[in-house]
Amino acid sequence: MLTRFNAFNAVSLALGIAFLHLPIALLVVFSFNESKLVTVWGGFSLKWYGALLHNEALLGAAWVSLKVAVTSSTLATVLGTLAGLALARYPRFAGRALFAGMVSAPLVMPEVITGLALLLTFVGLSLDRGFTTITLAHVTFTMCFVTMVVKARLAGFDRSVEEAAMDLGCSPFKTFFVITLPLIAPAVASGWLLAFTLSLDDLVISSFTTGPGATTLPMLIYSQARLGVNPQINAVSTLLLGVISAAVLLATVLETRANRRRERETAAA
Amino acid sequence: MSTAASLTAARKPAWTPWADPAARPYVRLQNIVKRYGAHAAIDELSLDIFQGEFFALLGPSGCGKSTLLRMLAGFTEPTSGRILLDGEDVAAVPPYRRPVNMMFQSYALFPHMTVEDNIAFGLKQDGVARAEIRARVDEVVQMVQLGPFVKRKPHQLSGGQCQRVALARSLVKRPKLLLLDEPLGALDKKLREQTQFELMDIRAKLGMTFVIVTHDQAEAMTMASRIAVMDHGRIVQVGTPAELYEYPETRYVAGFLGDVNLLEGRVVDNADGLVAVESPHGGRLAVRSHGEVLPGSQAWVAVRPEKLSLSTASPATDVANSVSGRVWDIGYLGNLSVYHVRLDSGQTLVSVQTNQTRLIERPIGWDDRVYLSWDPHAAVLLTH
Ligand SMILES: Nc1ncnc2c1ncn2[C@@H]1O[C@H](COP(=O)(O)OP(=O)(O)OP(=O)(O)O)[C@@H](O)[C@H]1O
Ligand SMILES: [Mg+2]
Repeated sequence: MLTRFNAFNAVSLALGIAFLHLPIALLVVFSFNESKLVTVWGGFSLKWYGALLHNEALLGAAWVSLKVAVTSSTLATVLGTLAGLALARYPRFAGRALFAGMVSAPLVMPEVITGLALLLTFVGLSLDRGFTTITLAHVTFTMCFVTMVVKARLAGFDRSVEEAAMDLGCSPFKTFFVITLPLIAPAVASGWLLAFTLSLDDLVISSFTTGPGATTLPMLIYSQARLGVNPQINAVSTLLLGVISAAVLLATVLETRANRRRERETAAA
Repeated sequence: MSTAASLTAARKPAWTPWADPAARPYVRLQNIVKRYGAHAAIDELSLDIFQGEFFALLGPSGCGKSTLLRMLAGFTEPTSGRILLDGEDVAAVPPYRRPVNMMFQSYALFPHMTVEDNIAFGLKQDGVARAEIRARVDEVVQMVQLGPFVKRKPHQLSGGQCQRVALARSLVKRPKLLLLDEPLGALDKKLREQTQFELMDIRAKLGMTFVIVTHDQAEAMTMASRIAVMDHGRIVQVGTPAELYEYPETRYVAGFLGDVNLLEGRVVDNADGLVAVESPHGGRLAVRSHGEVLPGSQAWVAVRPEKLSLSTASPATDVANSVSGRVWDIGYLGNLSVYHVRLDSGQTLVSVQTNQTRLIERPIGWDDRVYLSWDPHAAVLLTH
């Protein structure tokens, strides 16, 4: 912060941003292209967006993706919050280190391996592959992100408010819902949003665990792009990008607001 | 202790269940030990508290006061020992089923609820009717003077206001046993005295039992039926405020409650409860004592500053205890003056005199040679 902003910094920042975001910017720009050719600018148009509304396959895939994302992130949030609680609250229990390691393993596990392992499991259990298996697979790999967020929030949690609630006659179970949960709600919500975005843009694990009739949007985009880039794909990708950016932004806002409020509260106490 | 009890009892036939061997204590702590690792936060502590008492715990920071309250509330389990509440062992009773409410030292207000909801929380848990909740919340809100703040959240309150919310929240359920961990520390003097009075009033009206932790010995003296002085997880002495003040058993207790002058010496004679102590600070001192003191043992004569009379003239020869020195410093407190007198031995004694005349006419000044004298009954002999 103390370093002055000079030409060198400006150039490296510009290069970095370009490197990261130029391809995406191109995609967005060309989604508004009048021309059918993806590399030639033919003027501004929304016609590809209009065409999306009539593309049954794309709409279907988007609907599948949305259903999978909402269901799996909700399940992952419940399980992830419970795991976060267990890790934050019980500093010592048999197999804690193992549990902690296993919960966070999917963070670093290569997706192909997770996907393959899940596929083998589902085949082993003779589960019909489709919506259910994709959803379960997404729960598996997104849960750990929720756990991390919730655990971090609970690390600075003042337990005496829970004790105060119990002291006033509230059972531990009810205390969780009326005291603990409202206080960690921002972390839980941002965990949900994180799981939601991860599920929405997952390709690898979905491809392993999918079945007939359960094609998600990223899978469709990928398969169509292999046949040749088409401006409709640009348009749908831009929309997907919009949804995901909004979710990530919302998660960030929730976190910062919660942090600021906590700071205020601790300053007051 | 026994003499003290009989003395106070003789003057005032007061309510003293602790002196009655047949009375059943409401709270009974038996040989409580609480260890954190190798450190004993509570060390073999036994204590009886009776129904309707206003019991104060006094002691330095870290001596285990909060730990003791947390064990009564059920948040901390003793490592060993038993806690009986109304005759029943409460080891298996979880906090939310104990007829006990606690005001936390850290307040522990619910940050996401308004002042009103914080206070009403406990009553809601009991399924009290809405109208009654309103009435009772209003009543305590008025008592702690929080009226204008009921719609605010805790982070919009000052420290003293938070403390009052915590107090109101613990009071509103009118538990049989109320535990208060430094309930008034953040309040200004006027509000504190008012609240002290209200607390005593409520306790008397509802017949609740209060256990209060305080660092303010004046507060303990005014409010408490009995005080326990703690040190390092143990109780050093329990008694009424007067007993502790007039008959401390150790130098620690004597110094903890009020100021005290200690004159070290050696016991030379003990006849009929009149002990003679040979002290390098004042020659031969006489003090009443009913304890067992062996001639030759080390002892301290403890005298409170207000029990020393101060004069410029040498007292009559039949005065039992008299020492002399020079006025070293004078502190003027309006109603009182505090004289620091440096004895010839080098020790400084403190004497407090009421200002019966105006300052300008004060007969004693800096560097004056003065005589301090006291009655054998006014002092206490301490052996440790
Ligand atoms: N959870 C804990 N783990 C380890 N040590 C603890 C714990 N709680 C309290 N202690 C220790 O036990 C001792 C007594 O603590 P306690 O909080 O009862 O003191 P206190 O008398 O209330 O002090 P204060 O007047 O400062 O509030 C302290 O030495 C403290 O460090
Ligand atoms: Mg404490």
